[in-house]
Amino acid sequence: MPVHSKLEMFEDNWRTSIGGWSLEGKVVLRGKDVFTELNDKPWMEYLLFAATGKESPKIARLVEAIWVICTSFPDPRIWNNRISALAGTARSTGVLAAAGSLAVTEATVYGLKPIKGASDFLIRADQRLQEGESLEQIVKAELKQFRSVFGYGRPIADADERVKPMMKFAHSIDCGKGKYVKLAFDIGEYLSNTRLKYKINIAAVCAALLADEGIDPVELYNLATLSFTAGAMPCFIDASNQQEGGFFPLQTSRLSYTGVEEVRHWEV
Amino acid sequence: MTDKPVETITTKIWRETPEVDNPFAAADCFCAGYNVYGDLLKNASFIDYLFLLFKLQPPSPQQSALLEGLAIALANPGPRDHSVRAAMSAGVGGSTHPSALIAALSVGAGNLGGAREVFHAIEYWQHCDTSLKEWQQLIENPPEEGRADIWLPMEHPPGFDPNGVSCPTPVKKTLAHLAAVGETVHLNWLQDNRQQLEEFADCPLAFSGVAAATLFDLDFAPEQAEMLYLLLRLPGAAIHALEQEKLGWRKYPFFADGFKLNP
Repeated sequence: MPVHSKLEMFEDNWRTSIGGWSLEGKVVLRGKDVFTELNDKPWMEYLLFAATGKESPKIARLVEAIWVICTSFPDPRIWNNRISALAGTARSTGVLAAAGSLAVTEATVYGLKPIKGASDFLIRADQRLQEGESLEQIVKAELKQFRSVFGYGRPIADADERVKPMMKFAHSIDCGKGKYVKLAFDIGEYLSNTRLKYKINIAAVCAALLADEGIDPVELYNLATLSFTAGAMPCFIDASNQQEGGFFPLQTSRLSYTGVEEVRHWEV
Repeated sequence: MTDKPVETITTKIWRETPEVDNPFAAADCFCAGYNVYGDLLKNASFIDYLFLLFKLQPPSPQQSALLEGLAIALANPGPRDHSVRAAMSAGVGGSTHPSALIAALSVGAGNLGGAREVFHAIEYWQHCDTSLKEWQQLIENPPEEGRADIWLPMEHPPGFDPNGVSCPTPVKKTLAHLAAVGETVHLNWLQDNRQQLEEFADCPLAFSGVAAATLFDLDFAPEQAEMLYLLLRLPGAAIHALEQEKLGWRKYPFFADGFKLNP
């Protein structure tokens, strides 16, 4: 009974245009020779090209500034950084710390979900505006369907201190004047005056700045993957250099138990 | 001193009493009211304790048998599985041992044969239960998120193998065993209706589908099932990574001739 799997055509056969290394010592990325065509690029321009295929010093500079100003707070209380601090205090390795922190940045209340989600929302909102809907209608529909709007509101703090310095930098390289940035702030203005009092957060600002440069949600997600590493790494180093186990130890009394009160006995 | 209340971890799973000489060390630990080191350690099996940890209730004998069977079925997906290959790739390069498990979790988390597929398959059970009509409608009209997520959309009905030809023997044997020992509604319904569902899906049932049905019968929520599925498949990743670490990269496929860079 000759039945063929859909996988047969892929056996020992992976075809790609993304790039690779050859035994002859040639390395290619998206059709360009790494040693002769890409060798002079700053790392962020190389990453931009790898992630999106785009070659733009301006976008790379904008992304780099986003990483510095918005995503690299070296505070071990921030949840993704806390993984690195805990790894340091527990004497794990730096790369495991970074891997853990990186995985955790794919969060809902901060990090990758809002970053990608804000980009997706702004692009959808712009389309609907062009189709004749009002900003109020669009935001209300988003809130009704998803109970949140990525890019607006923030846990713990109210306003976002990163918005002003980020916009200041963006203006310095002639960014920040496009339609998505205007839309992002218009929505922020509207939401801050509703009962929710949501203010614009940095995810919407970054998404808008890069949407105006032609970066779509998937490209933004890929570009943002490593963006939190420079904040997490010092947290690992600091905790590694202090007394082992010394990072915010907890007494047993710090557990607030809300389960069954009685002591139960296992029936064998 | 400050009047600010001390920040605490709220939990209904775990309670501790301190050692008399050290408030940072527990003398007794209670899980859902059971003394872990004074009672469970001597009296409970690992599988029963695992169930208790997730459900805060001890399992019935049938529930225990179901979880035991599922744990054996999933413990080693084998060295061709994507997640185990990820772990072995850590092994052959001499990477750290935790990185092998991180690699297995990262890959085994996905929509194809991974934990996210189990998550979605449980959602399908919640929606369709034992209605063939509902299953057909949901498979033909899968739900759409409406906004972009970090997870990619499912590209096939969850619980089924889009690259399969017919339902593999281990999947059929596991389903038959679990349906028999658990005597639960959904596994037995799946056993009776597998071929019809496979026709709707246009591909065969996969381990992820059997795991989802089992965990749905054990009253696991999608996110609980996702976590447990990740945990239960790690032993295979660990042992295959260790084996390949010893053998080294020279004895492991590099696909030297299979890689073709388009001009």
